[in-house]
Amino acid sequence: MGSPMKVRARNDGGTTEVKILMSHPMETGRRKNEKGDLIPALFIQQVSVQHQGKVVLSAQWGPAISANPFLSFKFRGGAKGETVKVTWVDNKGDSRTDEALIA
Amino acid sequence: MRRIVAAALGLGVACGALGGDQSASEAIAQYRQMLEDGNPAELMELRGEELWTTPRGPRNVTLEQCDLGLGPGVVEGAYARLPRYFADTDRVQDVESRLLTCMTTLQGFAYEDATRAWYKAGSDLEALVTFIATRSKGQPIDTPVKHAKEVEALAVGADFFYRRSGPLDFACATCHSQDDRRIRLQELPNFENPASARTSMTVWPAYRVSQSAVWTMERRLIDCIRQMRYPEPELGSDAIIALQVYLQHQARGGVMQGPGIKR
Amino acid sequence: MKSLSRALPLLLCLLANGVAAADALEVTVRRSFPGASDEERRTRLDQDEVQALCSKHRNRPPADVAARIVESQLQTIRYPEDGKLLGDWRAGEKLASIGTGGHIGRIQPDPADRKKGGNCYACHTLAKKEVAAGNLGPSLTGIGTVRGNGPEAVRYTYQKIFNAQAFFPCSSMPRFGHSGWLTPQEIADAVAFLLDPESPVNKD
Repeated sequence: MGSPMKVRARNDGGTTEVKILMSHPMETGRRKNEKGDLIPALFIQQVSVQHQGKVVLSAQWGPAISANPFLSFKFRGGAKGETVKVTWVDNKGDSRTDEALIA
Repeated sequence: MRRIVAAALGLGVACGALGGDQSASEAIAQYRQMLEDGNPAELMELRGEELWTTPRGPRNVTLEQCDLGLGPGVVEGAYARLPRYFADTDRVQDVESRLLTCMTTLQGFAYEDATRAWYKAGSDLEALVTFIATRSKGQPIDTPVKHAKEVEALAVGADFFYRRSGPLDFACATCHSQDDRRIRLQELPNFENPASARTSMTVWPAYRVSQSAVWTMERRLIDCIRQMRYPEPELGSDAIIALQVYLQHQARGGVMQGPGIKR
Repeated sequence: MKSLSRALPLLLCLLANGVAAADALEVTVRRSFPGASDEERRTRLDQDEVQALCSKHRNRPPADVAARIVESQLQTIRYPEDGKLLGDWRAGEKLASIGTGGHIGRIQPDPADRKKGGNCYACHTLAKKEVAAGNLGPSLTGIGTVRGNGPEAVRYTYQKIFNAQAFFPCSSMPRFGHSGWLTPQEIADAVAFLLDPESPVNKD
């Protein structure tokens, strides 16, 4: 189970803005440690955001994305008090899900 | 979907050409603004709070009775008032040093265990300092210079700032005593200028993108000293604490902004 | 107020007795670097006379001290064995960009054989094409065009890089030759990078 994300969602006139800060090392697999060995690739491959059972964002990521990624986007709909649920899965099969209420 | 992701993740790349001072600074300032809500230091802050409130160490107690200068357990505003003198250790201490006092005396950690790999990204000390510093957001830097040892530390810290040595004859002052200077394209704060000192001291600890880690002020200073080609000072040593006394004093009145973002 | 009046005598004592203040600093420095070997202490923490004087005077030495520094530092200058003070500008160009070498400590040391460069671009603008240049020192773009590369210009430039304090007492510029950071040959190459008309420093 991955480290907790910070998820914030805010509705403004029918559009909900979601801001997500994920905790993940996002190793490309090409970096070397002090001993000179390659650090194995470890990065988020799938991100999915749901609102009331409907997927509002789906993303396929690769190693180019920086560590501790910050993702911000908007979707039409949503109302104060409803839940937004974020899930990521990485290339080793680890995953994390966190929720937030729309403010 | 890829378009949304690509647009949002344009954040990951510094916008604007990196040619000349002005556009580089502007680009980085823009980047910071976009990341205001997404500073990865927040993740460290969360972890630090967890470490503060979880029973740990051989004595299995939390850090909630730790005195950071404003009384046992008072975290609010403590960072903005450190370093300072502590009667129980009869020393002037900064936040790291004080945390180590609490981790060893309250929680019963051996010093070697409490300091192990303290400089590695994601260390316990990094998380705890981030948490404590964030609880001074909005407060002015107000370090005391009253006790004899605080007065001495200020003098020693100022002298150390100007002390030249090593194969490159460097002192802190070599790079940090004039306005509008930069090394390569990295702007340098001028600690002789209070306004510049305030701009600098109020945004550390800071998330360093190049390290994917939060660096505390002590970590930052120890790396400066490495770059000066000096030997490595010990964590929580008196020279480093005295230097922070001087820097905080130069920056007094500056309002803590919460953890910043640096290259 | 009470604690301030208690602190004041100590502060006055420290101010009145510069020696005591200097001692407090040196004692603190001594005990804050326990991991340093004797060799590291000697070569990187202990101050030589010039460093001590410049620190004491905050790099603004009074006239008599300044004169003594200039005279003593001029004596330190050593030249390449073949006597050629104008070397290879291509080699000098490489040196100007190297900022690593000589780092010690546990956290991020350099391997002992890591090449040391002059790291000139940290502080100076040089070739126009290199935008990532600092401004701690004056711009040197086109310096060869301005000064030419006659024997006097070459000699002065060589000496300046070898020991900048032979000309500017308490200069911020490292005494590259005096400390052995750069060899006489490397300094000659740096001189060529600056003064050779073919060097990018002097070409548009």
